[in-house]
Amino acid sequence: MKTNIGLIYKKEFSSFFNSAVAYITLIVFLLLAGWFSMNTFFLINQSDLRQLFSVIPIIYLAFIPALTMNLIAEEKNDGTMEFLTTLPVSDADIVVGKFLASMALIGIALLFTFTQFFTVLIIGNNVDIGALLCGYIGLLLLGGVYSAIGLFASSITDNQIVAFIVSFLIIAIFFILDKILMFVPGFLSTIFQYMSTGYHFESISRGVIDSRNIIYFASIITFFLLLSIRVLEMRKWR
Amino acid sequence: MIRIENLTKYYGSFRALDQINFQVQDGEILGFLGPNGAGKTTTMQIMTSYLAPSEGNIFVDDYNVIEDSFEIRNNLGYLPEHNPLYEDMIVYDFLKFVAKMRKIDDNLIKDRIKEVIEVCGLKRVIHREIGVLSKGYKQRVGLAQAIIHDPSILILDEPTSGLDPNQIAEIRELIKTLGKKKTVLISSHILQEIQATADRMVIINEGKIAADGTLDELMAKFRGDTLLEMELKNADEKKLESISEIDNKIKIVEIDDSKEGAKLKLEYPNTIDPREEIFEFAVNNEWKILEMSRSRTSLEDVFRKLTVEQGGSNEN
Repeated sequence: MKTNIGLIYKKEFSSFFNSAVAYITLIVFLLLAGWFSMNTFFLINQSDLRQLFSVIPIIYLAFIPALTMNLIAEEKNDGTMEFLTTLPVSDADIVVGKFLASMALIGIALLFTFTQFFTVLIIGNNVDIGALLCGYIGLLLLGGVYSAIGLFASSITDNQIVAFIVSFLIIAIFFILDKILMFVPGFLSTIFQYMSTGYHFESISRGVIDSRNIIYFASIITFFLLLSIRVLEMRKWR
Repeated sequence: MIRIENLTKYYGSFRALDQINFQVQDGEILGFLGPNGAGKTTTMQIMTSYLAPSEGNIFVDDYNVIEDSFEIRNNLGYLPEHNPLYEDMIVYDFLKFVAKMRKIDDNLIKDRIKEVIEVCGLKRVIHREIGVLSKGYKQRVGLAQAIIHDPSILILDEPTSGLDPNQIAEIRELIKTLGKKKTVLISSHILQEIQATADRMVIINEGKIAADGTLDELMAKFRGDTLLEMELKNADEKKLESISEIDNKIKIVEIDDSKEGAKLKLEYPNTIDPREEIFEFAVNNEWKILEMSRSRTSLEDVFRKLTVEQGGSNEN
């Protein structure tokens, strides 16, 4: 049977732009990213986007929960989930389709930071294009992890605000893990470091794509997507 | 043919459905009647694979909802209660989305959309956003999405609730037209609704089947009863209840002593005629009979009797 992922993706993606969600979040995202990255760009006087790559993960903390909070919660609240799930479509298709739509919007947001990218390219010396591209790949993967978390948070409630707060909290935990290493006992710190998104993102954005980092991102994404699918399937518990 | 077998559904410890059994024959319009919270929607949600049964199963021809959910969903159109739609979508785009989800061949999608627009009378609103449509038009869009893949089974959950009388008449007409070619299961808590559209009805109350048959069959089955309506002065409710002690075949259908003259509805089989005794009883209690009239049980009373008798209804 042909999957319906593509159709769900298309519907979800166009509904971002049917409502004001996409425009507002994109504008806020780009304003913040532009301001905080270029503010010090000319002072630091280096031909890289380190500022951008360190500020976007922070903006993600609010940007991605805002993007994903309505994906499932709104459909549950409106009752359209009942309509959608009684079409011949699997719960997995619904979750993956919605996840891809959110990824696409994140991709667009990142594409719009091309102004910074080309600025460095044009006025910089010895620009390490590979490292820049790796940084973008890292941001996309990081966005994927946060989207999967946001989708999960959206699946457990029919209230968008609750979804926002829950996904913000889970994302914040992953974000903060490698920033509190000095407060945890030694045997835990390696675990904390390995579980944190920041550690893996930084090693990619340095320009090294290591399979360990890819596996980390892929498995966290898979974990939360599977969890979301299970949550949707909970309505079928006997 | 749809066979519902021993269907039971628990929500936590609350039993919403209790060993339900009934069948829907091919090509018939079956009315599924019951007060709110009786289990109509739950049954339909299990049939459409939105929920899974706690026990029992639903069979559609050779398929069942537990193992062959996809096959069943493919061949079934569903209009959920409250008719949820994507309000920010254009009617045409919405129908196209559903058609594609339903795996209708790309070359045929246009024709199918044209046909459902025709059948459901959506021509005027086809390029408008669903959110701005009137309730009647939304209901038509809901029906259009349910029939776009020409399913042989149509499941409609309270399809006319919230519509004005003209819209109700239109939707009923539409359902009747569709029912000529399809097996239709239509739920309602309003008897007239079912009387107007269905060939046969199943009455459900508190998760149990209370009655099952055609209108005539149900009438015949319960016609044996006589309804006696009385208005009494100086009577109090407690004492009124003891009126059934005259003959244990007398059932009290309704007591209303909120006004000065208490209103009383009694029901008893045709085989007895306790009117004299009732009169004596009233005189002995010094009640004054202001009015006493006898009539046969109407279907409305049958429905009320079947659904109210067991004591109230539970919202779920």
